[in-house]
Amino acid sequence: MTDVTLDPTKRGYWTSDQDVRWCPGCGDYGILAAMQFLFTELDVKRENTVFVSGIGCAARFPYYMETYGMHTIHGRAPAIATGLAVARPDLDVWVVGGDGDMLSIGGNHLIHALRRNVNLKILLFNNQIYGLTKGQYSPTSEVGKVTKSTPAGSIDHPFSTIGVAAGAGASFIARTHDLDRKHMIEVFRAAHQHKGAAFVEIYQNCNVFNDGIYDAIVKRSVRDEMMIDLVHGERILFGAQKQRGVVIENGEARVADVADVGLDAIVVHDSGRLNPSLAFALGHLSNDNMSPTPFGIFRSVAIAEYAEGVNDQLLAANEASGPGDLAALLTSGATWEVTGR
Amino acid sequence: MTDTADVTDQEDLANGTGRLETTAVNQVVIRFAGDSGDGMQLTGDRFTSASAMAGNDLATLPEFPAEIRAPQGTLAGVSAFQVHISDHEIYTPGDQPDVLIAMNPAALMSELGRVRSGGTLILNTDAFDQRNFDKCGYEVDPRTDGTLDGFIVHEVPMTKLTVVATSEIDVKKRDAERAKNFFALGLICWMYSRPTAPTLDWIEAKFSANEAVLEANTVAFKAGHAFGETTEMFADRYEVAAAPYEAGTYTNITGNTATSWGMIAAGQLAKLPVFLGSYPITPASDILHELSRHKNFGVRTFQAEDEIAAAGAALGAAFGGHLAFTTTSGPGVALKGETIGLATSIELPLVIIDVQRGGPSTGLPTKTEASDLMLALYGRHGESPIPVVAAHSPSNCFYMAIEACRIALKYRTPVILLTDGYLANGAEPWKLPDVDSLPDISVSFTTELNAQGPDGSPAFHPYLRDEETLARPWAIPGTAGLEHRIGGLEKADGSGDVSYDPGNHSHMTDLRQAKIDGIAKDIPAAEFSSNGEADTLIVGWGSTHGSITAARELLKNEGVSTAHLHLTHLAPMATNVAEVIGNYANVVVPELNKGQLVKVLRAQYLVDAKGVSKMEGLPFTGRELAAAVQEIRNNQEALS
Ligand code: SF4
Repeated sequence: MTDVTLDPTKRGYWTSDQDVRWCPGCGDYGILAAMQFLFTELDVKRENTVFVSGIGCAARFPYYMETYGMHTIHGRAPAIATGLAVARPDLDVWVVGGDGDMLSIGGNHLIHALRRNVNLKILLFNNQIYGLTKGQYSPTSEVGKVTKSTPAGSIDHPFSTIGVAAGAGASFIARTHDLDRKHMIEVFRAAHQHKGAAFVEIYQNCNVFNDGIYDAIVKRSVRDEMMIDLVHGERILFGAQKQRGVVIENGEARVADVADVGLDAIVVHDSGRLNPSLAFALGHLSNDNMSPTPFGIFRSVAIAEYAEGVNDQLLAANEASGPGDLAALLTSGATWEVTGR
Repeated sequence: MTDTADVTDQEDLANGTGRLETTAVNQVVIRFAGDSGDGMQLTGDRFTSASAMAGNDLATLPEFPAEIRAPQGTLAGVSAFQVHISDHEIYTPGDQPDVLIAMNPAALMSELGRVRSGGTLILNTDAFDQRNFDKCGYEVDPRTDGTLDGFIVHEVPMTKLTVVATSEIDVKKRDAERAKNFFALGLICWMYSRPTAPTLDWIEAKFSANEAVLEANTVAFKAGHAFGETTEMFADRYEVAAAPYEAGTYTNITGNTATSWGMIAAGQLAKLPVFLGSYPITPASDILHELSRHKNFGVRTFQAEDEIAAAGAALGAAFGGHLAFTTTSGPGVALKGETIGLATSIELPLVIIDVQRGGPSTGLPTKTEASDLMLALYGRHGESPIPVVAAHSPSNCFYMAIEACRIALKYRTPVILLTDGYLANGAEPWKLPDVDSLPDISVSFTTELNAQGPDGSPAFHPYLRDEETLARPWAIPGTAGLEHRIGGLEKADGSGDVSYDPGNHSHMTDLRQAKIDGIAKDIPAAEFSSNGEADTLIVGWGSTHGSITAARELLKNEGVSTAHLHLTHLAPMATNVAEVIGNYANVVVPELNKGQLVKVLRAQYLVDAKGVSKMEGLPFTGRELAAAVQEIRNNQEALS
């Protein structure tokens, strides 16, 4: 084969021959690179990996990965990928889409793939705008957003993406951002290891239609004070001196100064809780692009995976009734013989 | 013509020494009608099975309201089941019932108009009270005001007799009363000398979990049978002899079961696992139910969150190398259109089964119609030609399901299979095929590189077509070295790379069309028959086959010969259509729509075809179709 000279540990091995066509400076480039680097470290085969996408800038992703890929229909990628994952549990199936793709037109498919816990790695590139259609507000755009379709400002209330995933009962929920390759790789790796539906929100900069929306959070200069790193089993603290933290009051998460509330009041992060309320509360900690925002793994619980359930039922049926016999099926109802005389 | 059904049951009640000699009749049409809670579908179904076991030819027409339980005793709540049994080949569920069993006044009011004059009415008089008259709008008791003049009326207090018969059993009064449909069934089985064993066996198996109900139903059935035998109310008892069938093993089959088994069979014949993505919708849901029961055939069923996801999941499974299909009815096809478009573009096998019902919108969910033909042929965005096939009888659904799969797999294309509510729920005896005689429809996955890259190195081109079929290679994930990306953007011929080149788009559009057109070389000739020197050709498709055949027999009896061309392949059409269609002065196209095939025929073959339309949620009767054909012939004659 052609691969003999290629080294699977090199990024090029995972890079297709197609020219990448995102706008120069788009955050998608960083995400693609992180993914390709991750694959150089994973013990997986190209032929067993499939990227399925919907429509939008992010959805071009599969064209650039040297794996199997399906660039499908706006919003439908989670549904199409579900069929593939159920039919072929031997495959590693990734789903890529943007906020319009997965939360607007495809919202229904997303929540049901998460609810069923299909073994899909779902990456939502959230840039809070419709890029491919040139700049309309999206279901994650903030209230008041002025775009071509909302010249007087958007009056829609945006989704909390993490809240949607937690509400749908997603068994793995994480957030990362396009400026930190290392963080992305670690989050993607954890998603890949997770058995079931893994939902990863990536804060992605669209430098053409929504430039800099996350600057107040993810720019290097502000990260310490604005990014809250979630670590399972540890208190949720942040700030240069770990002087701030997250407390839960009346079921609501809020940021507090440790000096005011005392260290014991700071919540210990537990991503393994079966009840998704902590993930939900953390997802609602910030609802703008200006306050401290949690990153990392919100939730990772082991619950029954869907495709395995489907295939177990097939095995059980096979064991109970033996392999299907067509002639027996046709005579399984009442039958009668007619004899020629 | 001397073949008989070999049904013997020594202990059968029907073979006992009867009070009456039986009178042989060639055929009878019986209509069971009652409240939707009265179990009329089940009663009809059981009578049908007993008749099938007795070797009759038969056709059925279940008719039920869309509401699960409309208000009791009202016209809206009437559920009916018509069955036509005969000692010779028949084609329809019968134009007019000879016998109506009415379990309440609403059933009588709603169904009486259909019964032939002089027909027999069997009324459950226990339900004939003022309250029930009020509910359906009889101002006076219809038994007293001449409404039933000209009919033979049997008044039977079925509820009371059932309660009395079951009084020895420890069963709730409600359950005892509910068993009255088995009383009615027992009575009709006596009247038409049906074997009782099949029904008793069935009751035993069906209600094994509930001893009291099992016993109550058994006793009620026997009581109904004995009632016919011992009371003097019935002066006649009938026998419908077995029809002259070809030798073989038979079963009674509905269209939805035949479709389901056809898909399971197709998986076996293709040597592929079967994937069904579906969303519940009347009248297609039974296919999902049936497939879900046969997981040991390697069948995966996925009840999706909506119609779109159902089609999408199936397409995902097809990419993974499964024989994938989705089932729905009209409104669902509209939702799946986008996915069918993608399947057309990425050229993967996908079967879409549309069990048509009355439309538009929610329309008549439980009634039949054949008004999705244009939707199937053209109802997509862009130039997206796909094959469309249609079944013409309940058992034919089995073969057409296999045929739809064969075409989809071989040509890597979505295929729509049209059935309808009448076929789906209607039943007929089916001579079971020898499994070994079914076609091998297997195809092979591509495992080798097939082209050269720009630098001359070996490469895989997912759109390099087979020269004969124009099908593209089907390389599934897991195949090392053939990693490739496909999608809904236009692809360059051969390499499959995204291409916006104008010439390429034009060329790919032509190729997609040529691939579908070429299938015409690979399908059987359309079924054609002529019963004499005919000036009139009736062109049918789908479930009108039986009605057309019945109409032609009536016309023949009037001295009018006709020809019949029946299409199972609507796109592309068989090559003999063009040859046959130009040879007749009159071309008549009966359809359960406002004239869809007729438009296509006129456009494609430039013939002055005339449509006959019916939009009542019911199949054509032979009589109305024969009259329509005569009218067209007369008009034509008047012109010439
Ligand atoms: S429009 Fe925005 S999201 Fe799309 S490619 Fe350009 S920068 Fe990236």
